[in-house]
Amino acid sequence: MQYHKPENFEDAVAIAAQAQGLTRFLAGGTDVLVQLRADIAVPDTLVDVKGIGGVKDITRESDGGWRIGIAVSGAEMTEHPDLGRDWPGVVEATDLIGSTQIQGRATMTGNLCNGSPAADAVPAMVAVGMSVSVTGPDGTRRVPVEEIPAGPGRTSLAKGEMISALHIPPRGAAGGDAYLRFIPRTEMDIAVVGCAVNLRLDGDTVAEARVALGAVAPTVLLVADAADALVGTTLDDKALDALAEAASAACKPIDDKRGTVKFRTHVAGVLARRAAKIAYDRARSTRT
Amino acid sequence: MALDSLKSEGFKQVGTRPDRPDGFDKVTGRAKFGADATAPGMLHAAIVRSPHAHARITRIDTSKAEALTGVKGVVTRADFATGLKGENWNILENVMAGDTALYDGHAVAAVAATSPLIARDAAKLIEVEYEILPHVTDVDEAMAEGAPVIREGAADKSVPPGLHPNVVRYHESGHGDVDKGFAEADLVIEDHFRTEATHQGYIEPHACLATLGGDGKGELWCCTQGHWNVQKICSALLGLETSQLRVTASEIGGGFGGKTTVFIEPVALALSRKTNKPVKLVMSRSEVFRATGPTSSTSMDVKIGMKKDGTITAAQGVFRLQGGAFPGAPCEFTAMCAFAPYALKNVHQVGYDVIANRPKQAAYRAPGSPMAAFAVESVIDELCGQLGLDPIETRLKNASKRGTKASFGPTFDQIGLVETLEAAKAHPHYSAPLKPGQGRGISCGFWFNHGGETAVSLALSEDGTAQLAVGTPDIGGSRASMALMAAEELGIPYENIRVTIADTATLGYNEVSHGSRVTYASGLATIEAARDAVKKLCARAAAKWGIPEDAVKWENGCAVPSGPNAGDFDPLPIDQITKRMGATGGPIVGHFEATPEGAGVSFATHIVDAEVDPETGKTSVVRYTVVQDAGKAIHPTYVEGQFQGGAAQGIGWALNEEYIYGEDGRLQNAVFLDYRIPVASDLPMIDTVIVEVPNPGHPYGVRGVGETSICPPLAAIANAVSAAAGVRLHELPMSPPRILTALEKQRDG
Ligand SMILES: Cc1cc2nc3c(=O)[nH]c(=O)nc-3n(C[C@H](O)[C@H](O)[C@H](O)COP(=O)(O)OP(=O)(O)OC[C@H]3O[C@@H](n4cnc5c(N)ncnc54)[C@H](O)[C@@H]3O)c2cc1C
Repeated sequence: MQYHKPENFEDAVAIAAQAQGLTRFLAGGTDVLVQLRADIAVPDTLVDVKGIGGVKDITRESDGGWRIGIAVSGAEMTEHPDLGRDWPGVVEATDLIGSTQIQGRATMTGNLCNGSPAADAVPAMVAVGMSVSVTGPDGTRRVPVEEIPAGPGRTSLAKGEMISALHIPPRGAAGGDAYLRFIPRTEMDIAVVGCAVNLRLDGDTVAEARVALGAVAPTVLLVADAADALVGTTLDDKALDALAEAASAACKPIDDKRGTVKFRTHVAGVLARRAAKIAYDRARSTRT
Repeated sequence: MALDSLKSEGFKQVGTRPDRPDGFDKVTGRAKFGADATAPGMLHAAIVRSPHAHARITRIDTSKAEALTGVKGVVTRADFATGLKGENWNILENVMAGDTALYDGHAVAAVAATSPLIARDAAKLIEVEYEILPHVTDVDEAMAEGAPVIREGAADKSVPPGLHPNVVRYHESGHGDVDKGFAEADLVIEDHFRTEATHQGYIEPHACLATLGGDGKGELWCCTQGHWNVQKICSALLGLETSQLRVTASEIGGGFGGKTTVFIEPVALALSRKTNKPVKLVMSRSEVFRATGPTSSTSMDVKIGMKKDGTITAAQGVFRLQGGAFPGAPCEFTAMCAFAPYALKNVHQVGYDVIANRPKQAAYRAPGSPMAAFAVESVIDELCGQLGLDPIETRLKNASKRGTKASFGPTFDQIGLVETLEAAKAHPHYSAPLKPGQGRGISCGFWFNHGGETAVSLALSEDGTAQLAVGTPDIGGSRASMALMAAEELGIPYENIRVTIADTATLGYNEVSHGSRVTYASGLATIEAARDAVKKLCARAAAKWGIPEDAVKWENGCAVPSGPNAGDFDPLPIDQITKRMGATGGPIVGHFEATPEGAGVSFATHIVDAEVDPETGKTSVVRYTVVQDAGKAIHPTYVEGQFQGGAAQGIGWALNEEYIYGEDGRLQNAVFLDYRIPVASDLPMIDTVIVEVPNPGHPYGVRGVGETSICPPLAAIANAVSAAAGVRLHELPMSPPRILTALEKQRDG
């Protein structure tokens, strides 16, 4: 196994492009090191990204959006004075991963690129419309988050490509986001279902909405029907019923040791309803 | 057993709460656990395990592994003793498969190499060919006609004719006429219950360091609840003379019954004998789940008849236990504990021990009893509900007392069930209001407790301090309790006593730390050894003073004349006597060896409040109170710790822990991520009430407390959840999907 710690993205992608066998980028390592120890994925090349300049930075862009470095941990996002005020759902989703120890290491980038259908940060990232910068030997492009996962354990990144930054759009006025997951315990568990809702209000009426589901399909789902059920409503019971129904209808889960098809499908609707209420309340409380 | 004297009051040290003697080592990391031992030239071992639930082993080719640089030796079944019988054969077959792999994770070969990584790589190079056989993992399926036979001839004589060969033991007991009793009842409820296997979940995986030479002399360091048992079994499995293998117990990171047998120790010894080097073997967590003893899974039918006033007229239970591929599922304990809390005229219980393609079950805290309580106490709860009776009053009405003929035969001596029920009734928890969506559950529980072979030695030092050597590994703070009891008898400070878990060469045979026996049996032996030392101290004082030995008594750490007629001498403190030991007759050592048989049985009553989310089926335990009879709490903090630990493990067992097998018979969740043990934030603060009804069989009245605490939780939580959800739950774990399904069934009528 070869370990590299490049100081810039150019070197990092060059190493990855030339590497033979299995390559892994090492962000927090909470997936990579666990999989290595368990013989699930033993990389031939490890590219530690934490030596690259700026990867620990959280920066507000001139348009009011945010740029998150690829090695920023969930705990660092929580500690940031302003990020959580704009995007509480994204911060919560990232910083509920694992336990206190894990939260000091685990990154959104790693959560996304590990490719787990149950990754907690990913539905929140999708719901708020995040995108990522993908850097490869041929330069850098912007890709919406939902285009990165390609299936369990797989991403759409080509050999030699890596994520070099995460981008959150400007919050704008009267918006709120929220993420809820279902686990049978209180922590240290994998989401049986995850649901993120992001919306913006015009008065008391939902003007825009995005609803994303995790752990109910091979990749994260952006559920347009669920969002449509909210837009134009004041989140009355009818709207919530329609939301829950649309969320459940979108599920294509599996039966496994963590939950049944029936259970996941039902709980997706329950969580959508609850997350929508939280996002709605947050949007109302930030309305100026 | 006749006791020199019973002490019930005037304790100076017993009942206080000093820091545990092993605390400093544990918080500073100085304590040495199983994997902390090293030896010069040590090799590391890895085990090759079957990926199949049931398969004939047709070929094992070790040549590629042996050719790998750094590999020093490989063992298979051929490297162990032959001609073993009974439980020794079962254990060997479990430790290293013979012709057939009997479960997913069954060991088939092992390799020793110069590093752990080389050993792991070498294990992957060992080629094993299997012929896959049909398998069965469910208890009811394993007993059914046509089920694959795990092993012909495994059944013993207790099994009636006509049953499937997978039924290997049978138990039946009771008294009275249950049919007559049911006829007298105003309401009879019969129901079916199931529980899934759970693992003891100790944090420390099994680990050992073994040295065994061609001369048949060996040294073994291992993490175990009982090193004399390890010595005996390993000697048999390797064909050694017992005394030539010295075994030392490490500090132990939890056992809960799961470390009362051997898994890796014989393998490490065999590899050491083969390579002529010390061999270290440490299990991974997945190996612990796949190949060490979980508890049994069960299928149970319970029928109880009750009069309108709450009197139980008859009770009957059928308990089927699946205990893996070998006999030993504690079906008789399940049957015998089931109705023990109640004074019944008519009672009948049957137990089946059933084998299946799963790892050999091992003891888990009150083996068999928690499941029985789940079934029985659920039915009692249902009866109380339907008859509009208070659950505690009803239990009080039927409670076993001194003189009750127990459901399993003997007549109870002084016991404390009524006292735990009264204390529960008086506890503010029982009358606290519940919030909407919450339910309250009550359950009683029973465990026998055990005495067992015990040897203790207490040596005095020249400065008047004492070294106490016991042979029971400390799995619950027992060193603190031993030191308190020795200090009480000797009249010296707690801190002046150093308690050591001695190795097998130092003391006579000590039975495993199981059966909640340690504070009872090693405690009794400690008290008797201290009294023996005191007698010798008094004799030295008598000789000095020139008066008869019986004219000297021991008070506050000093020899004093026993009365005015004995003479007028100043008290002679312990250190004044020990300082001159050498010149006055030699070392002073108290000792005691016996098999105490007065381990008083123990009862508990638990109160639980649970809240169920009707939309997701998720349960939160919001309040929990344990009330248990400890006889006499030597160190109340560690008694409370046992109470809380039993409740915590019960919460996991009741709500989320389970062995999940796939269609292929392979274990699906052999990691803590998916084997859902409760984490700290899943638990409420667990309140405790120590009831003290002295056990007449112990000098201070001690009853074991380690196991009874896990008997009521499954039922108490099930009763709370059923009350909160408004529907009776019949199967553990009560995971969210199961609760939602039950709610849905009820809605659909
Ligand atoms: C005890 C424990 C509990 C956990 N609990 C949860 C949980 O509750 N919810 C949850 O979702 N997950 C959980 N996880 C999984 C893990 O912590 C998360 O997926 C985490 O976000 C991974 O981030 P990381 O920085 O540690 O990634 P790493 O392990 O460093 O990397 C993960 C993957 O991302 C790739 N990668 C990293 N950086 C880049 C990059 N810049 N470009 C391209 N690819 C990259 C790596 O190659 C690797 O495949 C848990 C893990 C553990 C050990």
